[in-house]
Amino acid sequence: MYRYDEFDHTIVKERVTEFTGQVKRRLAGELTEDEFKPLRLMNGLYLQLHAYMLRVAIPYGTLSGTQMRMLAHVARKYDKGYGHFTTRQNIQYNWPKLKDVPDILADLATVEMHAIQTSGNCIRNVTSDQYAGVAAGEIDDPRVWAEILRQWSTFHPEYTFLPRKFKIAVTGHSNDRAAIKMHDVGIIIVEGENGEPAFDIYAGGGQGRTPMVAHLVGEKIAARDLLHFMDAIMRVYNMHGRRDNLYKARIKILVHALGAEEFARQVKEEFAKGGAGDDLKLPDGEIERIRAYFAPPAYETLTDSDADYEKALAEDKAFAQWARTNLADHKVPGYALVNVSLKPIGGIAGDASDAQMDAVADLAETFSFDEVRVTHEQNLTLPDVKKSDLYEVWKRLDAALLATPNIGLISDMIVCPGLDYCDLANARSISIGQMISERFADLDKEHDIGELKVKISGCINACGHHHVGHIGILGVDKKGVEFYQVTLGGSADENAAVGDIVGPAFTEEQIVGAIETIVETFVANRRDGEIFLDTYRRIGIDPFKETLYAAA
Amino acid sequence: MAQHINKIARFHSLTANRLLDGEPVYLTGDNGWSEVLTDAVIADGKDEGAKLMDIAVQAVKDRHIVNPYLFDVDVDGDTPKPISVREQIRATGPTVRLDLGKQAS
Repeated sequence: MYRYDEFDHTIVKERVTEFTGQVKRRLAGELTEDEFKPLRLMNGLYLQLHAYMLRVAIPYGTLSGTQMRMLAHVARKYDKGYGHFTTRQNIQYNWPKLKDVPDILADLATVEMHAIQTSGNCIRNVTSDQYAGVAAGEIDDPRVWAEILRQWSTFHPEYTFLPRKFKIAVTGHSNDRAAIKMHDVGIIIVEGENGEPAFDIYAGGGQGRTPMVAHLVGEKIAARDLLHFMDAIMRVYNMHGRRDNLYKARIKILVHALGAEEFARQVKEEFAKGGAGDDLKLPDGEIERIRAYFAPPAYETLTDSDADYEKALAEDKAFAQWARTNLADHKVPGYALVNVSLKPIGGIAGDASDAQMDAVADLAETFSFDEVRVTHEQNLTLPDVKKSDLYEVWKRLDAALLATPNIGLISDMIVCPGLDYCDLANARSISIGQMISERFADLDKEHDIGELKVKISGCINACGHHHVGHIGILGVDKKGVEFYQVTLGGSADENAAVGDIVGPAFTEEQIVGAIETIVETFVANRRDGEIFLDTYRRIGIDPFKETLYAAA
Repeated sequence: MAQHINKIARFHSLTANRLLDGEPVYLTGDNGWSEVLTDAVIADGKDEGAKLMDIAVQAVKDRHIVNPYLFDVDVDGDTPKPISVREQIRATGPTVRLDLGKQAS
């Protein structure tokens, strides 16, 4: 894992000192709220319905056991004993006191953590594939490039006051687990000249009130030119992005207005100017220096099958059920990726208690080379577990209520905090997620339905990624009453698509029944081997409209 | 920020977040701030609402509160009842964690 150098340590420490002073001046009346608000937002501190909310960065979703333990400590000491893992692979605390925030940031800094780039109109914390570096079939480790982008973007003076926030995601795999086409800039690592990594760069994706899939604007950009090309994109955006209208300020609006081809042409023109010239060419030594931090751990030489693991699978049905959904193939024989579900049936998606965070930290340290990943689908991953340890890991996860066997199934939903916490929300989303999860709690039924991604947002800002849910649910307010609009056919993977609105919105009482009708319609129409999305793409929206609204 | 009052609504109360910890608080009849919604003073009509807002603006300057706004209420005797789901949730706590927020204490 990346370890902070003297520059990183210095800037994080200086930021803590600076914000401590700002909080002090705010409480002493030397700063007004109008003056203080942009400063707190630059440090991840929001004001929500019940309290402040602090968002802590987990760069590209990777953290050590010690860092996870620190997140547990913050939850225990300064908050109410839990945290909420987000679709940006970060963690949010829902109840910090303003006066405590400087101490929280100081504690986080002791383990190289902070809240920088978690809010404000800057380049946000770069996200990545949770299977980075360990998935079979990966072209290159995206963490290397995410880290380079982090170093480039952090406190970059030219990009501190962008027209709007700016989100970048990187993947090194043809199976996109990082939703890169739904980001302002999405980067896929491809094979370049002489076996070197190169980048296909997509721009103009995003969700919110105008969801758009990103367009390819740079093909096979050489590794050394990554930052130079990113600079060209940022400059075109910074120059022409609309600052006059909050709702039209994201890069997707600019790409749409110019047309993807014209936008790409302007980027290439900017790129050809040379920008900062050789200063922005990545030196080989620097790429290798950063790559060394992500060197594979000392794997043992093992056979791919393990007799004890096979025996446990045969003898323990609950373990076998979990293994079927929650494990993924590792590139090294004898190892597996373990997905830790934060979606207990009827629970709150993405929430973890301090004790659960400590339990995961223990497991990472004991069984997974001291590493944990946060997924954009609000789960955790232990990336490097020996197959011979899986049964023990499962038992310990189960004891910590972290072994729900539902990764990729209908109860593994993305759910935003919604009106239970969020100042922007129009409707509750957590409670809807809980009801759906309970309705489909029968595991055999869940397995029979197969892969189905339900995503729920409590407002049009789409933090719950409803636009790209196979089934998306959007909470809306109609004269003070919560209603839920349903979209079908969205996808966040390599075949990204924005879902189609199925028809008039449903009430809180109707929505779970409507989801059940949609699932039944799928089951009645599916062909062998099809998942929901396949069937939807084959038969279209009409059969769903008919079953949903036939009675009306 | 979202609109919290409806043109046709007659009664309003005033809420804000306490600067120090963000706790939702309500302006009371003696120009104090209470954590309990039922303590809130009720403004009858636009002019009374504007007067409450004047008091709140001073409280912002005095660093007691931030983010003050008026919201619609129904009146039950002398007691205000919030109309929107949002204000009901702010006044009690997350509906999915009954152990947290005002409802817990």
